[in-house]
Amino acid sequence: MSDMYGKGILKGLGVSLKRFVETYLDDLSWLGRRYHTAKGIAHRGSKDARGIFTVQYPEEKIPLPEEFRFIPFLVYDEGPNGEKPLRCTSCGICAKVCPPQCIWIVRSTDPATGRPIPDPAEFYIDSDICMNCGLCAEFCPFDAIKMDHDYELASFHRNIYDETRLSKSARYYASIRPVNARREDAAQAAKAASRTGRGE
Amino acid sequence: MATPAPVQTLDLSARFPGVLNPDTRPGYSGWILDSANLLEFATALRDELGYDYLSSVTAVDYLPDGKMEVVYHLYKTTGGTGVVFKIQVPRADPIEVPSLVSIYPGAELQEREAWDLFGIKFTGHPDLRRILMWEGFAGHPMRKDWREPYFEEEAKPLKSRWPDGKIIMAESKNLYGDNIAYPGGFNPESQTFDPEKALYEALRKYQKDEIGLDTDHILVNMGPQHPSTHGVFRVAVMLDGEKIVNLKPVMGYLHRNHEKIGERNTFIMNMPYTDRLDYLSSMSNNFGYALAVEKLMNIKPTERAEYIRVMMAEMTRIANHLMAIGALLNDLGAYFTPMLYALEERELLLDIFEGVAGSRMMCNYFRFGGIARDLPEGMFQKIKDLFFERLPRKIDEIDRFLSENEIIRSRGIGQGVLTAEDAVKYSTAGPLLRASGIPYDVRRAEPYSIYDRFEFDVVVRTNGDIYDRLMVRFDEIRQSIRIVQQAVKQLPDGPVMALKPMYQVRVPPGEAYGRVEGPKGELGFYVVSNGKPTPWRYHVRAPSFINLTAFGPICIGQKVADVVAVLGSIDIVLGEVDR
Repeated sequence: MSDMYGKGILKGLGVSLKRFVETYLDDLSWLGRRYHTAKGIAHRGSKDARGIFTVQYPEEKIPLPEEFRFIPFLVYDEGPNGEKPLRCTSCGICAKVCPPQCIWIVRSTDPATGRPIPDPAEFYIDSDICMNCGLCAEFCPFDAIKMDHDYELASFHRNIYDETRLSKSARYYASIRPVNARREDAAQAAKAASRTGRGE
Repeated sequence: MATPAPVQTLDLSARFPGVLNPDTRPGYSGWILDSANLLEFATALRDELGYDYLSSVTAVDYLPDGKMEVVYHLYKTTGGTGVVFKIQVPRADPIEVPSLVSIYPGAELQEREAWDLFGIKFTGHPDLRRILMWEGFAGHPMRKDWREPYFEEEAKPLKSRWPDGKIIMAESKNLYGDNIAYPGGFNPESQTFDPEKALYEALRKYQKDEIGLDTDHILVNMGPQHPSTHGVFRVAVMLDGEKIVNLKPVMGYLHRNHEKIGERNTFIMNMPYTDRLDYLSSMSNNFGYALAVEKLMNIKPTERAEYIRVMMAEMTRIANHLMAIGALLNDLGAYFTPMLYALEERELLLDIFEGVAGSRMMCNYFRFGGIARDLPEGMFQKIKDLFFERLPRKIDEIDRFLSENEIIRSRGIGQGVLTAEDAVKYSTAGPLLRASGIPYDVRRAEPYSIYDRFEFDVVVRTNGDIYDRLMVRFDEIRQSIRIVQQAVKQLPDGPVMALKPMYQVRVPPGEAYGRVEGPKGELGFYVVSNGKPTPWRYHVRAPSFINLTAFGPICIGQKVADVVAVLGSIDIVLGEVDR
């Protein structure tokens, strides 16, 4: 027990006062660059952060780490003549692994033979049900479905995303996940090289 | 591990000849006994063999065999492996099993849950009411032959999704845009049944008029919408003036039958669902589930994965305890200043989770045989900096800020006391148990993963009051920092997955009970596989839920104003309580 009643409260208030002063000292030492600059935002989320932590959303935004995951999208490779072929082969692994079962795929069939062809006729994601777990992207063997970084999706209605809404370019993918994209491209190249090597 | 060690096997069958039959189904362990011998056997286990801690009571519906099974997991608070035993009863109503509440009062809420979800009548239970569903609910939803409205299929993946996916939303089938089916001729206006009657009668049962005056007690409902209940949780309190005569927690407002969902999911699909149990500490939930399924699959994660797992689990513990400290201080009236100081440090930990797992709270990071991905570049340094340069200092600061405060001391010391004896009796776990003087921590009592390699102390305090529960959390944060610091120093290189990632794992038939020391206490997953892609039984031993067994006994005799403080010191998360 403390010898004087109220000593503990005073000690605690000392901590508050220190934090209060630190906020202003830290502000001053940054000469106005503590806010609205990338460096300032990074500082406020680092081990050296002192004083106030707050990031003024939406004027300021915390940079997203590469692995951040939100509603998935479908990747297409841009062709030389402006084609946008999806990487998806409608194999259905994403639909089978999806925990809330929010992915619907209609497989296309060849009109001549009636056999399925590796291209989705329709692709839907019920994004209101999607739990952003990332399993679809993790188990896709063709790197065709990936998790997005776009989290500002508030809306007033039910959101069922179709193929048009879901398609995004490989360039966009590489811009949000550069390390992953580079690793996957290298793996694809190695695979292609070994295939041609065996062919010769 | 739940399997009895060979020595104990000998002891048990020799001690109870003719009573115990070993469970010989492939992949199963433990004992099967007749329900007539249950009470005698349990008493002997507790009094003679020292199995004083009833960890889990649950049921399994073996519909094809026409049997219902009740599974008990018991441990000693002195540590070591546990004992599992089962009661099998024919699956014809009424299904009756003697209640263990008279021997292990910790079974109270768990047996109520088994009654509610499986319809097993526990004879001799003092207050056998529904707990997660409401009185008047039709059927027992965990039974294998129970189906919800707009039932689609018994197991995922659903056939409608691929290859000719058709969007049919359950809510579009119903006039009210809801997935509720009304029985024919149902008219809510004509309903006269009072679902609360049983609750209020249970509360009144304990009423005693000591001096013979013609007075009545006051019934107060706190919640379900009450800012101090940490979610949609209700406490029905019977008061004599300001003094609490009786108290019953009322839960289930957030119930979504997590276990039924889990039994329709494939094994890997359950991983992100476990995040939603105790959503403040999803890494720990992942850990427990991964351990249970790995036990079934008989695989071990790689070395590097083990270290990263431990680091993440300990970070979760710190983040959770910071939140618990902040929330308790909110409840005590220190409105949000301590909470925000705690949240700042938690924020830095969540940044790490986001960088590693992709999400701040719904981590979904563990896989069977390892983890989803390695630490990204620069993350190791970030963890190192945080744990060596910032956190120890900041925890001391919050400690200095709070723990000598006279208001906290006078509201905490000597208030809401749970004695050591009661803490064990009511099967409480985690900080609640250790603040009452029982040094029981699964990480030490039955080390899992690689916890036997680290140096740390099992935190214990002896008074069992609100203040000690607060201080235990501070001490545990310090121990967790120690563990992470050691793990950072020892972290080996290498792969993070023991096997090739598969979207459908093959799990051999059998049962497994994986338990971890979660931030809120012993978190157990009881998983039964029958060799199919989906688990036959998936049960969560939720520490918040079982800790609430002691909530009433702690509060009786206290003032009504302390209910909030006691609840804050127990630290519950409704995602886990209601499942």
